[in-house]
Amino acid sequence: MAQPLLLPQLAISVSEITHYLRQLLESDEVLQDVWVTGEISNLSRPVSGHVYFSMKDEGAALRCVIWKSNALRLRVALQNGIAVEAHGYISLYERDGQYQLYIDTLRPAGEGYLYQEFLRLKARLEAEGLFAAERKRPIPARPRRIGIVTSATGAALQDMLNTLGRRYPLVEVILAPAAVQGTEAPPELAAAIRALNKLGGVDVILIGRGGGSLEDLWAFNDERVVRAVAGSSVPVIAGIGHETDFTLTDFAADLRAPTPTGAAVQATPDIADLKQELLATESRLAAALQEILSYDRSALENLDHSLQRVSPLLRIQNDSQRLDELALRLERGLGHEIRLRQARLAGNEDRLRSLNPLAVLKRGFAVVRRQDGAVVISIGQVQIGQDLSIHVSDGEIETKVIRI
Amino acid sequence: MSEDLKPVESLSYEQALAEMETIIQQMEGEPLALEQSLALFERGQALAKHCADLLAQAELKVRQLTGQEIAGLQEEKPF
Repeated sequence: MAQPLLLPQLAISVSEITHYLRQLLESDEVLQDVWVTGEISNLSRPVSGHVYFSMKDEGAALRCVIWKSNALRLRVALQNGIAVEAHGYISLYERDGQYQLYIDTLRPAGEGYLYQEFLRLKARLEAEGLFAAERKRPIPARPRRIGIVTSATGAALQDMLNTLGRRYPLVEVILAPAAVQGTEAPPELAAAIRALNKLGGVDVILIGRGGGSLEDLWAFNDERVVRAVAGSSVPVIAGIGHETDFTLTDFAADLRAPTPTGAAVQATPDIADLKQELLATESRLAAALQEILSYDRSALENLDHSLQRVSPLLRIQNDSQRLDELALRLERGLGHEIRLRQARLAGNEDRLRSLNPLAVLKRGFAVVRRQDGAVVISIGQVQIGQDLSIHVSDGEIETKVIRI
Repeated sequence: MSEDLKPVESLSYEQALAEMETIIQQMEGEPLALEQSLALFERGQALAKHCADLLAQAELKVRQLTGQEIAGLQEEKPF
């Protein structure tokens, strides 16, 4: 019997052909490392932790799976309808014959393009020297005035103010508000930085905003902002987004902090440290005085000893002793003299007493006087019958002359 | 020292702290007359108290520039 010219091939099993297809896919270089962009639909997140959805556009749909371990690390919140870019490899799940994109990482749509733009700008500005380490200015340790560039209504401002108030309330804050995303943001941010420079007296500038996608943060990659930061003579600390977000402003700043709060911390000393330092300084002051006092005290003691040796008081005490000695000798001498004189005097008194004329009367002699008072020592002075007085030791005798 | 001393209350925290430092160095330096040392010590104590008061009472002062002010403070600084 004649067979048809087109001989049917030997039939291979479903498994075999599926396996063949799988190998075909897995051997294709493009398919093993691919970024795909599309919109999420039919999102399913069972308890296993794995994530299943389809990415679609106008013309087609692609089944996707994200294993639990990768799903945990996703930065993007998955929702039906959002446009994303997914990276992974294409393979085939043999059980149901479905080819799938096995996704390891996901980003918002358009971010790939933005990221390219970021790299381009970075290269260009870096070549101009805007990010050079030598250009970085030191951050002052004790700022008196801190400038802040951020949205007046954002959480970043509150975070920074809370941190500054807690750590270093002595400082004065000047807020130069600016939009932190949207087309108006770059010129406002740049103007704010220039204003704080021109104002004068600002010691450091904090520029920051809360976290967001690359698109949200894009204003901080804008050339106008980057140049304003690089050209700022006031040191700038950048605290933009989250720890893992890097913008060109971060590279141009004099210091990068992971978050706005981190920027406020970098700009200030902690009040606890200030109190500690004040206590230490007070201790040194007291110690310095103590040192002076004890130095003076011992100097004083030394002086005192030296002084005592040449002390007038000492001399006075010595002299005083001599004086006493002299006085004693004087007294002795004088006393002797006095006694001598007293003795002489006594002797004279005796002699004088013995020469007293009246004492003679006691020995029997008498004083004869005439009536006119004259003492009679001769017979020529008297006449017979004349009255005479005879003075004897104990009285007078009246008498008349009888015979001469 | 013949410099005029500003009243302690008028000094900023940094100024007061700096003056304390100067005083301590003077006191640790060549020996001064006792009266002078005591005068320096008293001023040092007053400065310390002023600093402590500033730390205790300080409240963050915030001033917000207006759009007009920002516009008025522009200066082209080409980099």
